[in-house]
Amino acid sequence: MDFMLNEEQLMAQEMVRKFAQEEIAPTIKEWDQKHQPHPHVLPRMAELGILGINIPVKYGGQGFDYITLGLVCEELERVDASLRVVMSVHAGLNSLALLQWGTEEQKQRFLVPQAKGEKYAGYALTEADAGSDPANLRSTARREGDVYILNGEKMWISLATKADHMLIIAKTDPHAKPVHKGISAFIITSDMKGVTAGDIHGKLGVRAGSTGWIAMQDVEVPVENRLGEEGEGFNIAMSCLDNGRFTVAAGATGCIRACLEDSVKYSKERHTFGVPIAQHQLIKQKIAFMQQWYDAARLLVFKAGWLKNLGKRNTRETAVAKWFATDMSVKAALEAVQLYGAYGFSDEYDVERYLRNAKGATIYEGASEIQQLIQADYALGYRKDKPIRCEPVAYDADAWQSEA
Amino acid sequence: MHIAVITKSVPDTEAVVSVDAGGKLLAGDKLVVNPWDEYAITEAILLKEAHKAKVTILAVGPEQHNEALKHGLAIGCDQAIRVWDGALEGHDSLVYAKAVAAAIQKLGDVTLVMFGRELPDIASDAHIFQTARKLGWNLLGSVSKIEALDFAAKTIRVRRLVEQGTEVLSSRLPAVISVLKGINEPKYPTFIGIRKASKTEIPVWGLSALGLDAAAAQGQAAVTGYRELPKREGAVEIIEGASAQDKAAKLVEKLFAEKVL
Ligand SMILES: Cc1cc2nc3c(=O)[nH]c(=O)nc-3n(C[C@H](O)[C@H](O)[C@H](O)COP(=O)(O)OP(=O)(O)OC[C@H]3O[C@@H](n4cnc5c(N)ncnc54)[C@H](O)[C@@H]3O)c2cc1C
Repeated sequence: MDFMLNEEQLMAQEMVRKFAQEEIAPTIKEWDQKHQPHPHVLPRMAELGILGINIPVKYGGQGFDYITLGLVCEELERVDASLRVVMSVHAGLNSLALLQWGTEEQKQRFLVPQAKGEKYAGYALTEADAGSDPANLRSTARREGDVYILNGEKMWISLATKADHMLIIAKTDPHAKPVHKGISAFIITSDMKGVTAGDIHGKLGVRAGSTGWIAMQDVEVPVENRLGEEGEGFNIAMSCLDNGRFTVAAGATGCIRACLEDSVKYSKERHTFGVPIAQHQLIKQKIAFMQQWYDAARLLVFKAGWLKNLGKRNTRETAVAKWFATDMSVKAALEAVQLYGAYGFSDEYDVERYLRNAKGATIYEGASEIQQLIQADYALGYRKDKPIRCEPVAYDADAWQSEA
Repeated sequence: MHIAVITKSVPDTEAVVSVDAGGKLLAGDKLVVNPWDEYAITEAILLKEAHKAKVTILAVGPEQHNEALKHGLAIGCDQAIRVWDGALEGHDSLVYAKAVAAAIQKLGDVTLVMFGRELPDIASDAHIFQTARKLGWNLLGSVSKIEALDFAAKTIRVRRLVEQGTEVLSSRLPAVISVLKGINEPKYPTFIGIRKASKTEIPVWGLSALGLDAAAAQGQAAVTGYRELPKREGAVEIIEGASAQDKAAKLVEKLFAEKVL
């Protein structure tokens, strides 16, 4: 067993840390307060190659492994969740799905520009009445000759107004039994006729992130834009979540680290009863828990990343990492606010933002309750991994880093 | 068209520096590329892009300096060389300069050597002057902008920050320059560069490869120990008074008494 990160992973981590700390951290609070995305985030992440970090070089990416994807997400969310959300949807939920399920032609047409950062991508499963129970979604895709006609409205979609490519999950057979057999996946582009999008305002957290809705009215989508087979959409949507949840879990470790690092600094500066508060045992306990949560969450993330590198199914391992890391990030942020006292309750410091951001991650990409059902169902034997047509793509350094 | 940048891994600038009982300097384990060198490396890469030049990055020191060299490779330097030999242990700045100059001569076709402004860990730039002297090349220190560079005509024109303001200076090549902060916006490593750097085995040139003998490696000056600065002690005194004017008058009186004014 080897817990050492290799040189390549460490250097990539350092580079993304520098970007996030130097270019985003100094002004992120202002953008969060304005409820607007930091304008540098998307173009700079694209320019630096971060958006395609673990896509093979021959598809326009950087050819790094899944562990590096996790490290990148940790560094991004160390500064702000909105940066990591970009990776979750663009890379985790969309690009990696194209890599796993796309035809060669789809990879050339959609994955290459996404990995290069020329096009931004998102993932639209959730609807106003279908979140935890996505099989209940109402959007439809009706085949007419060489096109599908898509109708419906997606809600709570990250990058809804920013993405050029959107992976849409819709029903090709609303009467199918079982229901999920009637679901298919499509790639739509924002310039298609009948597609409209808008932002959602008034969010508790991820205020510097873009979250919105997408409406589709008789949108003609060519058959070539269907990802996977007809009726395979539910499997695809769930496999996307195996990658998206990994990025959320890794990001949450970054949030825990943010709470820990900030708390360590503040507790040595703030004095009560003649000593730095760091010397009070009850404050030490908070620091100790944050350290424990960080270490444990990170190990769960690495374990899931390791399985991904091997190309093994990892639904349960990723789900447990996502559940634990996000729940603990909320606890860490609550403790950090407490440790900061009244100043923690003020937006003068960052910890209140960590708390608001952390809460979102226990809801999206499968709320904590859903992750618990997953763990229990595996343990009880009610749930087993069934074979899928396209298994997760294993990491192969030589193949992923070669130009051809 | 071959540029050499000289770099060094130094303790993290945020590290808390202390001195132990034996007079040894403690600055933590974390090393970073000399922040001044980041500007020199980026400038070399910008020149490489503009002139299709080759860039070699060079460090003198034990294995820990590979970190700075790999950083340079990851940003886009074409090759890295580490100069080290057990005999160089405890070297002074002149020995350092001799080693750098010998390595430059061994490379053969270098016409521009670039340094960051100084070494922050020892707050010195003596090695830069000494390297230029050993090579017998012109030295252009504290460069804030390279205005023109012509490898074919062997000329360089730079803007230097001097006490009186700025100075524009032309020189023949080959030359040695040191660059200031603000000459550019330091580049980040690229992911392709990182992959390349992590796969590179950095060659080590020892004394014999450089054609130097053990006597040349013998330093004339040695640091025998460090000592902490005496702790500054002070007390806060609140000056009471009926009005602001009254307080100010009392303050001025006190400052006179303490001979501050
Ligand atoms: C900031 C943000 C970004 C998002 N980005 C995206 C995106 O890019 N793409 C996308 O498709 N979606 C996105 N979502 C939507 C998100 O995935 C859903 O909100 C989430 O799946 C939960 O669905 P819901 O909000 O409808 O809650 P509901 O499904 O209505 O659940 C309400 C509550 O009931 C609990 N619950 C539900 N079923 C059960 C059960 N069987 N047993 C026990 N408890 C249960 C839930 O855990 C939750 O606590 C985003 C959401 C947010 C907040």
